Formats: sequence, C-alpha cells, structure tokens
Amino acid sequence: MNVTIVDYNSGNISSVINSFKEVAKDKVNIEVTSDLDKIKSSDKVVLPGQGSFKSCVDALNNIDGLSDTLNEFVINNKKPLLGICVGLQMFADVGYEETETKGLGWISGKVSKIDNQNGKYKLPHIGWNEINIVKDSKIFKDIENNSHMYFVHSYEFVPKDKNVISATTDYSSNIVCSVEKENIFGTQFHPEKSDKFGLKIIDNFINL
Amino acid sequence: MLKNRIIPCLDVKNGRVVKGINFVDLQDAGDPVEQAKIYSDGGADEICFLDITASNENRDTIYDVVEKTSKKCFVPLTVGGGVRSVDDINKLLNCGADKVSINTAAVQNPEVVIVSSKKFGSQCIVVAIDAKKSGDKWEIFTHGGRNNTGIDAIEFAKKMEDSGAGELLVTSMDRDGTQVGYDIDLMSKISSMVNIPVIASGGVGNLDHLVDGIKLGNASAVLAASIFHYGKHSVKEAKEYLDSKGIPVRI
Repeated sequence: MNVTIVDYNSGNISSVINSFKEVAKDKVNIEVTSDLDKIKSSDKVVLPGQGSFKSCVDALNNIDGLSDTLNEFVINNKKPLLGICVGLQMFADVGYEETETKGLGWISGKVSKIDNQNGKYKLPHIGWNEINIVKDSKIFKDIENNSHMYFVHSYEFVPKDKNVISATTDYSSNIVCSVEKENIFGTQFHPEKSDKFGLKIIDNFINL
Repeated sequence: MLKNRIIPCLDVKNGRVVKGINFVDLQDAGDPVEQAKIYSDGGADEICFLDITASNENRDTIYDVVEKTSKKCFVPLTVGGGVRSVDDINKLLNCGADKVSINTAAVQNPEVVIVSSKKFGSQCIVVAIDAKKSGDKWEIFTHGGRNNTGIDAIEFAKKMEDSGAGELLVTSMDRDGTQVGYDIDLMSKISSMVNIPVIASGGVGNLDHLVDGIKLGNASAVLAASIFHYGKHSVKEAKEYLDSKGIPVRI
C-alpha cells in the first residue's frame, strides 16, 4: 500500500513524515511528494498544513493541477484522505484568516477565528486538550473518549452539517476538532505530535 | 479543558546535555536523544532543547540531535539557542523541530520574527526573553545572558506578540540556576500584558515552584531543567503534584 503525504510547501511537515514512517514501519510505503501521478496512484493521501489558511491555499494553487488531482482523488475516486490542522481547515468553502480565501469546498462550512471572549482566553489555543468523541469515526478505533491531543491553532472549522463532526474540544467555546465525511477525514489537532494516542490515529488511518 | 504544560528543558552543548548554574560552570550529563525519549515516555508535554553556547560556537551538532530526537519523540520539540536567521529556522524545522525559539536575533533584528512567523506560521515561533530585574523594571539580556540591552522586557514582550510570536518563553536571569523559584512578578506582568501563551522559565528548585508559576505567574506552561535532569523529580511526579493542587494537567 502507498500512502502519500502531499508536500506542497505548506510549512514544516517533518513531524508528519516521521510519525507516519514510525507507524508504517516496512509494511506501508510512505511517499512525500507533490507529483500528481504519484498522488493519483496512491491508496491514501495525507494533506498536512501549517501557517495561515491563505498561505496553505496559495501554496496548493501554486502547484499546477494539484487541487484538481486532489479533487479527483477525494470526490470522484472516493479514496481516503486525512487533513491535519490547516489541511482539515481547507476542506471548507471559505476561510477568513488574513483575507477571505476560497477553500477546497469538500465539506461545506467556513473557517473563522476562535472567539476568545475578548482576550479572556489566550490565542493560539496551544497545548494538550481532551477530545469529546461525538461520533464513531474509523480513525478513533481504540481511542478512548477524553483522550488528550496536541493542538496549536487560532482558527476553527465550522461545518454547516453538524453530522460530519466526529469530535470536539472545549476551550473558549466548543471547537470542532475532528470530522469524517465518507472517505474524508480531518483532525484539527496534530496526531503526529500527540504521543501514543496520536500515533494510534495515524495507524487507524493507514489501516482503513 | 486545556491543560497546563510541563516542559523539561535540556541544555545542549556540542551535542551533549549540560545544565549550567547561572549559565556558567557546566556539567556534562548525558545524551540528549536518550534524555528526550525518557522525558516523552514519562509524560512530558513538550521537549525543549537549548543550544546554550550556540551564539559563539559551531552549532551543526544540534541539527543532528534534533533529527535523531524527532524520529523517536512524538511530542512537540522546541529548539533554541543561536538562531539568527530565517534560514536557521528553516533548517531546524526541516530537521524535525516543531517550534524554534529566538532570543538574541529577535532583539537585534525583530524582522526575523515578523518574516518567519509569516513564512512558517506563528505556531512555530517562540520568542525567548531573558530578563533581569533592574530597579522597578526588567531589562532584556542577549547572547546567553552576557549582554544587557537596556530594553524594557514588558514592552518588548508586547512588541514580539505584535510581530507574530506564537509564544513567549520568559526566563528570569536572576533566578536561572538558583532553584529559588520563578520570578513570579515578571511572569504575571508579561502574561497579563500579552494574549499569547507564556512559558515560565528560570529558577525551579521544587514542585511548588511549578505550581506558583501557573497559579501566581499565570503561565500556560512551566519549563524546568535541573529538577528533572538530575533525577530529583520525574515529570510524572510533577504532574501528579500539580494535579493534587488543582492544576489541570495531562495525566
């Protein structure tokens, strides 16, 4: 099996690579590339993303044909994709970080700044927080409710259809931190930095 | 609920772990990769490497240490010391650091913070503020505590937030290595002034000091070196103690 981590200059992806390689061992081939043919022929795709919504969308659009290839992979071929952090946020129709920016539109909704109650809560939301699992998601197999995951973000994905939400976390408000819609998976937290439970989520995705 | 973080810090020199008393008198005490793994297995919320003599010496050894550690530890890894340029930050991130802490360069050339937080995201830019009490204010020191800049630490903290820093790592130079506790005044003043998380550092000698850093200093995270490094306390003990004092921690 081939799992491709999309390398599209979206910031630091070494930790994502290290964690997938750790979990995959020799059983699964982990590719790190933006090569469209390699993405097309993979079994699964990981879409990481760091920095701002706009910088990630721009980076994606900077690679000719990448967004079309991902669309085909996810929407037409219904193959599994995991978005991490801004990778998840880009599923939305639109994001409001820096300026209004169009997203991939795979899961209807918007990405807006976390309401920190006029400075009562620090932003970014950095650190370990518990996830409330609200829906059976394939990537949460053997993950206990209220497990801690590592977060670092100031913006949140607000999907229109609440049925896609698989987990939330409590900060200044209840924040969507994981979604599942058919073959599309996403985590706002960083499984690659969430110790053994995070690695288990990666393992679950690889073994879908 | 978001948990307060405990961050063991490993001071690294030429690829080996050391911990100084007031930044001098270094004692060799171990392999950083193994130490980091022990900490992450023991429940450390993050690991911090500080390349302490990096401002003056060849620092390529740190890249190797970071690369090896990031393949073994799956909690966030912050690396600081001698980070001068956007290129240095890029190299450390590529080696597997999750965050880079910038000290001297942030003071001498704040543009580095502005550019790097735009390029890599604020989430990976930590500004390290080394401050020493001077009358009724605190002044910023650079170059591992050797140069007094005369810059007001509180104002500088605000400026760094505005420049795009994602977190501030605040070290009291008066307390570092003394084991008498954090400079609570400094921590709480900076924490109330900025809206980004503050990591308290410098002076931890016992577990109550960690409690004070969070409860009185309003720090989001507490960093300590020697109490963990010389086996006085494990990270697990520290967390259990904080938990017993009503502080939310990841256990």
